[in-house]
This record gives sequence, C-alpha cells and structure tokens, in this order.
Amino acid sequence: MGKGEFTALKGINLTFGKGEFAGLIGPSGSGKTTLLNIIGSLDVPSDGEAMVLGNSIGKLNSKQAAQLRKENLGFIFQSYNLLQVHTVYENVEFPLLLLKHSAAERKKMVLDALEWVGLTDKIKSKPPQLSGGECQRVAIARAMVKRPSLVLADEPTANLDAANSHNVLQTMEKLNRELETTFIFATHDEKVISYLRRKIFLLDGRVDNDETVKSN
Amino acid sequence: MTRPLNRTKSIAMKLAIKLAFRNLIGAGLRTWLNVIVLSFSYVIIIWMNGVMIGWEEQAKHDMTNWQIGGGQYWHQTYDPFDPFTLSESHAPVPSELSDAVAKGDIAPMLIVQGTLYPQGRMQSIAIKGIDPKQTVLSQPSHRLDTIVDGIPAIIGAMMAHDMALQKGDRVTLRWRDANGTFDAATVVIVDIFTTNVPAVESGQVYISLQKLQEMTLLPNHATTLTLKNNKVQTPEVDGWAIKTKDTLTKSVDDLIQTKTAGLSIFYFILLLLAMLAIFDTMVLSIFRRQKEIGTYVALGYTRHQVVGLFTVEGAMYSILAALVGAAYGLPFLAWQAKAGWTMPMDVSEFGMAIAQTLYPVYSLGLVVTTVLIVVLTTTIVSYWPSRKIAKMNPTEALRGKIQ
Repeated sequence: MGKGEFTALKGINLTFGKGEFAGLIGPSGSGKTTLLNIIGSLDVPSDGEAMVLGNSIGKLNSKQAAQLRKENLGFIFQSYNLLQVHTVYENVEFPLLLLKHSAAERKKMVLDALEWVGLTDKIKSKPPQLSGGECQRVAIARAMVKRPSLVLADEPTANLDAANSHNVLQTMEKLNRELETTFIFATHDEKVISYLRRKIFLLDGRVDNDETVKSN
Repeated sequence: MTRPLNRTKSIAMKLAIKLAFRNLIGAGLRTWLNVIVLSFSYVIIIWMNGVMIGWEEQAKHDMTNWQIGGGQYWHQTYDPFDPFTLSESHAPVPSELSDAVAKGDIAPMLIVQGTLYPQGRMQSIAIKGIDPKQTVLSQPSHRLDTIVDGIPAIIGAMMAHDMALQKGDRVTLRWRDANGTFDAATVVIVDIFTTNVPAVESGQVYISLQKLQEMTLLPNHATTLTLKNNKVQTPEVDGWAIKTKDTLTKSVDDLIQTKTAGLSIFYFILLLLAMLAIFDTMVLSIFRRQKEIGTYVALGYTRHQVVGLFTVEGAMYSILAALVGAAYGLPFLAWQAKAGWTMPMDVSEFGMAIAQTLYPVYSLGLVVTTVLIVVLTTTIVSYWPSRKIAKMNPTEALRGKIQ
C-alpha cells in the first residue's frame, strides 16, 4: 500500500443467492459501503475478484459496468439521491428511459412501481414537496421499476424516523418476497437488522460473522 | 451494424435533450437569467449586422443613382483622386457610343478644375458639366435649364453649407479654357439638392454640359460616360476605360467590411459576457449537483455520457435563448426594418455614403449563421467545465464529497 492508502476489505469471500434479503453490518469504516460499491460496479477491487451476475467487476470497462448497472442493478441511497427538478413520475421513469422502453410500457411499469410503494397519488409532486419517508419510497420504486436482479441499499433508513423506517423496510421485504429480487443492505441500524434474513458482520474490512436467520 | 448503432446514438441524444430540458426548466430563474442574456446577444448581433447590410445596400443604391449608374467609361487619364489630371482627362464622346448618348442610355459628363469666390473667399472646386435632359443620374439637372441672369448652377446641400451659399445666390466662377486662358463668369445657384453621397457634392458645382464645353472650348468633350444600367452595351473604346459597377462600388464593400470587422469586437464582448454567465453556471452546477452526477452513473450512465448530458444542457441555453430571442426579437427586428434606425447625430459630414436613417436588412443566412455561432460557442463553453465529470469518482460524487 502506498502512503495515505489503506485496505478497506481483506479476505472477503461471500456468495449471495437469488432472492436473498441480506445485510452487511458493521460500524463506520468497517468496509460495508466499499463492498456494496464493488458489488454495484461503482468501484473495483484492487485485488481479488468480485463476480456479479456472471461478470467479473474488475475486468469490466466503464461501458460494460454501466450496462450491468442499467440492466440488472437497483440502488437505494441514504439521502435518496432523487433528481430534484423532476417529478416523482419522472424520477421513477428515468431507468426505463435508459433502457429504451416504449412510452406505453414505461407508463405501466412506473404506475405499477408507484403502486408497490403506495405513492400513486404523488406522481406529479417533486422531491422537495415530499417527506423523507416518501422520498425513500420513491427511491425504492426507482430501484425496482425495471425489475432488477439485485438491489443495493446503503443505509436506507439513516434519515428516517422509526415509523417511516419500518414502512420502507416492510415495502422492501414485500418486494423481495413477491418479485424474488435480491436485496443487499449496508447498515448498522437495528431496525434494518431486525428485518434481515442473512446478517454479515464486518469488522475492519473482514467478515466477522455470517449468519442466516431461520424462517418461521 | 451501423444502423442499430446510429439508432442507439439517436435515442441517447433524444434522452439527453429531454433530460437537459427538464433540468433547465426545473432550475427556474437561474436558467431564465442566462437565457435572457444570451437571447439579447442574438438580437443585438442580428440587428447590428442587419444595419450594416442595410447600410451597404443603401450606399450602393445611392451611389448607383447619384454617381455611377450602371457602370462608367472613364477617360484613360482620369483619376478622381488627382485633380491635376483633369486638364488632360477629356476627349470627344466616342462615335461608337453616340447613339446610346442620343437615346439617353449614356450620360456624358465633363469635369474641369475651377475656382469659386463665395463672399470673396476663394475655393478650389470641380466644375461638372451635365446634360440638363439626362435621366441616368438623380441630380436635378433639369433645373439647369432655368433662365437666369448668369450661368444656372446646382450644388449639394453639404456644399451649400460649406460655402455658405443659398438658392438664388450669385457667385463668381473662374476656369481655364483649352488654351489655358483664364476666364470668369457669374453663376446663379438655381437649386440645392440633398444626397447621401458626399462624392457627388463635396467641392462640386454642376452646370450645363453644353455651356461648360463652350466655356472651355471643348465641344462634345467628356471626362466620364455614365451608363443608365448594366444592360447598355459596353464595347471596347480606344482611349476610354470601362469601369463596371462592381469595381466602382468596391470602396463601399471595403468600408463595410472594415466596419463589420470592428463591430465583431463588440459581438465578441457581448458573447463573452453571455458565455461567462453560462460557464459560471455550469461550474457551479457541476459542483452543486455531484450527487445527481453520481446518481446518473449508478443508474447506468457512463461518466462520458454524463459529460454529454451536461454539455447538451449547456447548449440548450442557446436553443432556449433563440426561442426567447425570437419571441421579442422578431417584432423588434421587423419594426426596425420598417421604421429604420435614425442616427442621433448629423451624418452629412461623415464623408461616407451614409443615410441619416438606416434600414436594417436581414437575411436567412445572417440569422442561421448567428444561431450556429452562438450554439457552437455555448456548446464549447458548456463542454469545458463538464469534462471534470469524466474524472469524478462516482462513489465520492454520490456522497457529494468532491471539493
């Protein structure tokens, strides 16, 4: 390692299956966001290999990585990252525009996604007019609208109160079950952890514990 | 392979335009301030160029009517910028052109040096002999048929102002005949004409051609032969040089070109101000919208596509500005073309063929060129700061942590 550089992840060996509802859990600096970014092809590992849906992240060029994100991955961020000047409808429609769906297809898919998160009455609102919980539900709809194989959620409840956190988590859990979409969270929020079916504890860039919750 | 690739690019461009438009409209007042400044540049550039084109057309039109007609024959030694050549610059009207002269298709003019004595002052002038019945030039030569006690003469308004002469004034004129003998007579100013062409009035007195030929003992002689229009046959004539209309109006072209080059500095400053505003907006926009940039990347854009998106967004300022400029500029430009632009100062002493009121003339080429230049400049200015996006780390951009 050069001066000023540090190793965020060490000796990680993890496999995620279809339909998992898993979380990377750990304190700040444990490497959970870095790992999530690598899985999301927003970052590349300096060593080792990360395979996502059959693609080796380190070997993808920027176009291929963008293609992977566009077609197969959905992102949910701590601060929602909605496009502020666009309406709720336009925000959710955005991934479909990139995928070149027809206008009729887009309309149906956007309305479906907004129905999943219970925001059909807000389609003309813009993010500044929404509450934090509503913004995060728009972000979920945007992540889910293209029916991705994998959704990556980085601290999705960090800016939400308890009630909104549960609401958002229940929405994601429902979508996970109904659509069999894999969800991977990076979190240290107890509320999120309580919903996870697989909990991967990270400490100083290493996997400290990987446990699967037995379903009732 | 080419067709699907082109289709993909076309769809990406449509999407970029759509998103850029949404972003611009969503940005509200900031967008409209830039758009208004830029639209102002469009209108001013088109208007000022229109004034220059209008001036050129007016100057050429007035020169044609008052000075050069459809072209001229010049005596081979005639040099309008050297008065000392005048004593040698005349010859009988060539027989090849006699018929055209008789039909009124060619107006002969004899030019000799003379001296005028207005209120006792001595002023060197050119005496121009013109046929009172000619209809080739706009000078009111028919007034030279007025019966007065002296030689009837007409002069231009600026000449009258300079010499302190008025209609009806009598003034002594001196000249030399073909033998070099000095003679003098009284001329009566029978008319004062107004023209935008200083070259036909400054230091000049018009009298009847026949009278001047008698005074100078040069029967049937002329210095120049002005064609009524460019349809008049112009055979080669020994001792006479043909000057086409284009050759004679070249000085106007050169003058307008020089003025236009000078004005382009003004356009440059105007555009620079608009571009500075857009550049500043783009730099600020890229800094403030880091999370948005990161989001675009997360949703499937490459960083270069985001650069393209921001460049299109910047370039769209110029498109919106063209639309806004058209909304208020078209009525303004149309009104100016009709009412003209009257210069706030007296232009008669500028020494140029310029009217007091100029009527702008706009062409499709002018509008299209202006729009293209502004769009191209705006695109470059938008691309310049947007290149920074290509170097951004998307994970840091997503967190808005880039300084």
